[in-house]
Amino acid sequence: MWSYISLILSIIFMIGGLFFLSVGVVGLIRLPDTYTRLHATTKCDTMGAGLVLVALALQADFTVAAKLIIITVFIWVTNPTAAHVIAKAAYVTGFPPIKKFHRDFIDGGDEQ
Amino acid sequence: MEVLESVFDALMIYGAIIILIAVFFCLGRAIVGPGAPDRVTAILIISTKTVVIIALLALIYGYSYYVDIAVVYALMGFIATVGVAKYMEKGALE
Repeated sequence: MWSYISLILSIIFMIGGLFFLSVGVVGLIRLPDTYTRLHATTKCDTMGAGLVLVALALQADFTVAAKLIIITVFIWVTNPTAAHVIAKAAYVTGFPPIKKFHRDFIDGGDEQ
Repeated sequence: MEVLESVFDALMIYGAIIILIAVFFCLGRAIVGPGAPDRVTAILIISTKTVVIIALLALIYGYSYYVDIAVVYALMGFIATVGVAKYMEKGALE
């Protein structure tokens, strides 16, 4: 019974993860700005990778599943950190945000 | 039960192919991208997708030691991204 439930859960998680990974790539190609591209890709990629790895961990042996869970937690910690570092480096280097939604919080954000 | 197992096996194989096509689109952004941050973003996404592909291959072929390679690749992608971003920000790796 548990194998039946875990197989259905794995299929659902796998389809969701593939959907999120594909949507992140669409955001990377279509969006107009460095910061919007970071916003789209890192969140979708973290979610999609986590879903696919959990779906694989439900079907693997115990040691392999433990390693897959370790990879999942590592990606959940490091992927937003890397996005933050890239965004800060892009801001300091002087890449301007797109003017349509421009609201600068670091440089004079108090008076709008 | 067997139908669901075959569905999951096919889903792993076609999922690896779908992620591979997505990696090629990310590679296009890494070539085109107007600045260095876009290229670093594309490389970060490619490294995450590569980890997922290696984990999928480990379960498709039954090679359990591929998962260790996936762990090392996740570490390597993060270190590479943070290193390039710090170099972009400060002009040196400090």
